[in-house]
Amino acid sequence: MELFGIPLQALLSQLLLGLVNGSFYAMLSLGLAVIFGLLNVINFAHGTLYMLGAFTAWIGLSYFGINYWFMLILAPLIVGLFGILIEKTMLRWLYKLDHVYGLLLTFGITLMVEGIFRSIYGVSGQPYSVPDALQGATNLGFMVLPNYRAWVVLASLTVCFSTWFVIEKTRLGAYLRAGTENPKLVEAFGINVPLMVTLTYGFGVALAAFAGVLAAPVIQVSPLMGSNLIIVVFAVVVIGGMGSILGSILTGLGLGVVEGLTRVFYPELSATVVFIIMAIVLMIRPAGLFGKEK
Amino acid sequence: MNNSTNKKIAYGVLLILALAAPFGLYPVFLMKMLCFALFACAFNLLIGYTGLLSFGHAAFFGGAGYVAGQALQAWGLPTEVGLLLGTAAGALIGLVMGLLAIRRQGIYFTMITLALAQMLYFVALQAPFTGGEDGLQGIPRGHLLGFIDLSNDLTMYYVVLAIVIAAFALIVRIIHSPFGQVLKAIKENEPRAISLGYDIDRYKLLAFVLSAALTGLAGSTKALVLGFETLTDVHWTMSGLVVLMTLVGGLGTTVGPIVGAVIIVMLENKLGDIGNWLASVTHIDWFSTLGDSVTIVTGFIFIVCVLSFRRGIVGEILHLFKRSSTAAH
Repeated sequence: MELFGIPLQALLSQLLLGLVNGSFYAMLSLGLAVIFGLLNVINFAHGTLYMLGAFTAWIGLSYFGINYWFMLILAPLIVGLFGILIEKTMLRWLYKLDHVYGLLLTFGITLMVEGIFRSIYGVSGQPYSVPDALQGATNLGFMVLPNYRAWVVLASLTVCFSTWFVIEKTRLGAYLRAGTENPKLVEAFGINVPLMVTLTYGFGVALAAFAGVLAAPVIQVSPLMGSNLIIVVFAVVVIGGMGSILGSILTGLGLGVVEGLTRVFYPELSATVVFIIMAIVLMIRPAGLFGKEK
Repeated sequence: MNNSTNKKIAYGVLLILALAAPFGLYPVFLMKMLCFALFACAFNLLIGYTGLLSFGHAAFFGGAGYVAGQALQAWGLPTEVGLLLGTAAGALIGLVMGLLAIRRQGIYFTMITLALAQMLYFVALQAPFTGGEDGLQGIPRGHLLGFIDLSNDLTMYYVVLAIVIAAFALIVRIIHSPFGQVLKAIKENEPRAISLGYDIDRYKLLAFVLSAALTGLAGSTKALVLGFETLTDVHWTMSGLVVLMTLVGGLGTTVGPIVGAVIIVMLENKLGDIGNWLASVTHIDWFSTLGDSVTIVTGFIFIVCVLSFRRGIVGEILHLFKRSSTAAH
């Protein structure tokens, strides 16, 4: 079967790969948006923390023999604690300053952590095999679906929409949204805002680490995997606008799919297509697709 | 002694140091330092005087280097035309990037410049004339104005010095012009500047293009000096490096970026030696590998500067002077 002169199987598998990448974009931009909302910090280190998640999983398996499923829980916890440490010891002192200092600090953290991992593991990737339960593929009749990729999309969608549900529909989420609007007033109502800020950063970071563990079997675990991704995620955030949780998720997934399709129809453009879309969106709707005009 | 004589003495000392330097130090290393000093000064024009943080300056620096290299090597154009074309390329990329980026404020501005610069990186990686991973090799220095032979390192050094001083004088002139005052007003209080009737987007764009053009001049001069141009110059780490230089020297001070550039370039070159020395003093072997891990050290300096040293070296000195002079009154 063919569609637009491309075999349907190739088209669908690129589409799925696009969805996989899109889920990573969605999870990372969601974390960036949640952190920016409450802390007013653009977390440049987000890509590095995603890399740390993948590396923690890899280290867990190859040094301690801890399997994928445990690491899927453990790695976000460990990296999330590391994030809390960053927030408590460094980021905390910058809230009263211009937003750029938060970006510069997390940029410095990125360079340092990436440099340390590069000096230990080099730039080449470490292979991480797909867990036994998800090996192989399912034949759906019209396409062969690799089980692991389907799992990645499913797991990240579940996590993304649970996050959306918690923030938009629960009491805890209401505190969070109120804190984003007016932290002083929320504090006056007796809510521990500094604790909320710390935990929010920890959660955003854990989300990035979770994405990292999911990514480990799909791409090779390498110290550079994060910084290459984070710049694309920045473009995703500019396109979607950081105002809306659902917007971040949809933009991330959508751009992943567009990128996947570009790889089929015009591969030369696949590395730059997200940036081109960003330029077009800036020309037509500067506030971003889901952003509010100020 | 008043402020302006102080300044004149400082500039005089800097000039004498710059003129005498090639007799004590390797000229190519010094020229590289000068190019980065100009790069940092051009960057400072934007962050220090307009308050816009660009994370995309590598695009102008490397992009201009590629254009100048292509003009000199493949088209065989005269040296001065190559430099001018490189500068124009920087300005043009700056115009396009600026038009898009000033549509958003604050942190979004920074993210947009970073993303667009990354796009240019991928273009440089794939385009046929940049040489991809290998880069552009064997860029000829040629003769300046047809009769000054630049293959001699010492001659080349004084030409580069003249270019950098001229560009620096231009930057100082821009800062102190009425235009520069409006930029400062935008940095201090944007809504106020708007209410005074200034079309701030036009001012921002012009500042962005000027900064990009001067960065282009620095990039093409560097390509001419070293004779090659590689992907390193268009990579985002280069954008980060120039931020660091300016931050270490002092944001919004005239000579700060020069000091910062000298320190960071020196550090990058001498880190191996420093590491070996530390290893021999402390007997911790790990230090001897420091030369291979420049990013760890630059990252560390970034963190220290942002947390506790935001005025930078020159900014801190000026602050001390100001405090002692107010105490004397």
